[in-house]
Parts: sequence; C-alpha cells; structure tokens
Amino acid sequence: MSTPGYLDSASSEPLHPAARETLLAALEHGYADPRRLHGAARNARLMLDNAREVVATCLGVRPDEVTFTPSGTHAVHLGVLGLLAGRTRVSPVLAHSAVEHSSVVHAGDWHGARGGAVVELPVDLEGRCTTELPDGPLGVIAVQAANHEVGTIQPVAEIASASDAPVFMDACAAAGRVELPTGWAAAAVSAHKWGGPAGVGALLVRKGARWRHPFPGDDRIDERSLGFENVPGALAAAAALQAMTAEREELAARQHATVARIRRRVAEEVPDVEVVGSADHRLPHLVTFSCLYVDGEALVTELDRRGFGVASGSACTASTLQPSHVLAAMGVLTHGNVRVSLTRDTTEEQVDAFLDVLPGVVASIRADAGL
Amino acid sequence: MSDSAEPTTWALEIDCRGMRCPAPIIELAKRHTEVSVGQLVAVVATDVAARVDVPAWCRMRGQEYVGESVADDGTPAFVVRRVS
Repeated sequence: MSTPGYLDSASSEPLHPAARETLLAALEHGYADPRRLHGAARNARLMLDNAREVVATCLGVRPDEVTFTPSGTHAVHLGVLGLLAGRTRVSPVLAHSAVEHSSVVHAGDWHGARGGAVVELPVDLEGRCTTELPDGPLGVIAVQAANHEVGTIQPVAEIASASDAPVFMDACAAAGRVELPTGWAAAAVSAHKWGGPAGVGALLVRKGARWRHPFPGDDRIDERSLGFENVPGALAAAAALQAMTAEREELAARQHATVARIRRRVAEEVPDVEVVGSADHRLPHLVTFSCLYVDGEALVTELDRRGFGVASGSACTASTLQPSHVLAAMGVLTHGNVRVSLTRDTTEEQVDAFLDVLPGVVASIRADAGL
Repeated sequence: MSDSAEPTTWALEIDCRGMRCPAPIIELAKRHTEVSVGQLVAVVATDVAARVDVPAWCRMRGQEYVGESVADDGTPAFVVRRVS
C-alpha cells in the first residue's frame, strides 16, 4: 500500500502484496549460488528456474528466452547493443523512435561513440512513431511498446514487418499493464514498474534472434547475464507479474476509465491546458498534461505540499535542466508539465481529491506570475 | 526560414536572455499585442525549452509560428506572427 496521494506508479509501482510475501520467504531460502551442486544451491536454482518460467508464461515467451538483469536499464543496454553486435556485417545503423526512454538514447550514444550511427524516427503530435523507415540497410530498430511519459501505444508489429532489421522493444512501461505486441527480436522489462522489487529487470531474446554479448560476459547459468543472480528479487518479481497478469483485465479497464475521467476533467476545469498523448490507444494507468504559463517545479512542489506525488517532464524539474525529449519530439508544451499515474490501489476518492485541488493550484501559480 | 539562421526583421524583440521556462512564454503572452495583426514578434531566449514552447504556444493560442532566427548577438530568436 502506498501513501494516499502517491500518483507516480509510472516511475515505480509500490510492491505488490504477492511480491512482499514471496520476497520475505525467498530471502530466507534463496541465498545460495544456483550453479553449485549442493542442497542449498539446488533450492536457489529451483527458485530461479521457477521465476523464469512464470515470467516467460506471463510475457508469452519461452523460459530460455528470459534473462534476469539488475535493472530494466541494463536489460535495455544488453538488448540494443547485443542485437547491434549481431548485425555488424549488415549495418551499423541504430534507428530509434524520438520518444524512447533515456536508456535507449544512452545506448545509442554509446554505440555512436564507438563508430556506430544513430537515426531518429519522428513521432506525431500524440507521440506515435512513424512506420515509414529511412532508406538503406538498418542494423537494429528500437521502438518501445508504449511511451513511458504520455502512454501512447507504439506500432511495434507494423514497424517490424516494414523492415528486415531486428526490432528491439523497450517494454518497461507496458509489461504487466497491456498485452505485448509481436514481431520483436529482443525486449526489456523492469519489475518495479509492475509491483515487483527494484533491482530486477529481464532481457527477452527470441529464439533465432542473432544476439551477441556486447559486454565482457560472465560464466553464469545464463550466458546473457552478468554477475550473481538476485534469486529472491527475481522470484518476487515473478510473483508480482503473475498477480498483475491475473488481475490485468479488471485493473486495466478500471484504470483506463479513471484516466479518461482525469483527461476530461483536467481539460474542462483547468484553463489553457493541453492533455497530451493518445486519448484511447494508450496505457491504462497514466496521463500527462501541460499547463500554459506554469512553472513545472512550482506545480510539483505545490501538489506535494497538498499530499500529491506526481512526476514532471518540465526542464526545471529535471537533473539535466533539459525539457523532456519526449514532449519536445511531440511538439507539445514542455513547461507546466505533470504526469499522473495510478497504482493498483489508487481510489476514485484520491483521484477526485487531486482533481479538486488542481485548478486552484494552477491558478495561484499563474497569479504569482502576474497573469 | 525554420531551419535557417538568416536574420529577419521584426516589429518587436522580447529580450528573454537568461530567463528560464516558462518566463519567455509569459513575456510573449503579455507583450505580443504590442504589435499590429500581421506583424512579427521575436522571442530572444537562451532557455532551450523556448524552441519547443514558442511553437506550442502558437498552436494553442491560434498564432502563427514563423520559425527560428537569430538576434544580432547570435542568440536564438523564435519568431511569431500575430494573426489575431
């Protein structure tokens, strides 16, 4: 259970009750090195294999296609760079949508600094990536399942069928929330986005995909992983995903309707506001809007004072002091930006309380600016 | 003109050097009516968010975004035509 006004599940979903129980039990028994040949090790190995099997079933892949990683970001780096390493004879070009998570952008920068090339695929005003690909051979195409800031679902399958190049899909924002698309060669997911513990991600590599380790590698059970496995974390992540998958249909329908209500009320009750992203073809649990003439940092701070925790893509709230590259690529207002995202136990009353204070908070910040 | 750095003449230059978001857009909203309909206003801003937010403001307020130019000292100038 999270703090009542916590509306930032897209940054991190609170630990699912199913994951809490599993994590505590697994911490007790899952300490040993799963590669060793003794009883405690066999226990750990059994737990790891169990976790892998559950994650595979929930995400619609085979167990040997799942590699646990220390984070979603690490899985993204392994996925993007590993597919590129398998394509060196074809093309050094990484094409990625202009609204990818920074982990994909950083992998691209790293690739570029080592002689590779990177091209950006433009998006429309709703943040949807083009399906028209640049001419010439491409090494890898990276496109997210759904956008982490505005929720727009991306045309992954269409892009995959438009090119011979393997597709890397960042599914960190979407996994556990919606059914994943098909057509990709490798993908990354992150457990703390679906109510698992932090410090657990997974790299998915489809059978037959040409993937080569882009880093020094290791001698673990799974050739794609690095370092000692976080067995309790992986098992708790699997338990959370299994629980989220079981309740997904009901939860998604409920959250989708609540977000539709937020979109409507914000547009009606806050003057000069732009609610962004796709209204329908989107993740169920999040919504982003920008308020004209409002300082994003002031908005987040004032909402926090009233007990509401929200994220912002405005430059003044970022460590880099750059506006969100997602909002910039879409061409929507970057200042006065707020992202609201629901946890599985966010209530209608909490959402109403937020919507009731928002117009007054925006009006008072505008008044302070002399408007 | 959108992608060129060719100097253009405008009826009003709003100096937003050193201001952070959303201050340049607030200045634009307050002062764009100082020019007649059809005339150009340049928002001269060092803040990188202005590159996105000036065109977005134009779209939201029904004004015309003409493109990016430069002020005399080379600072980016975001040019708007008042249409209403």
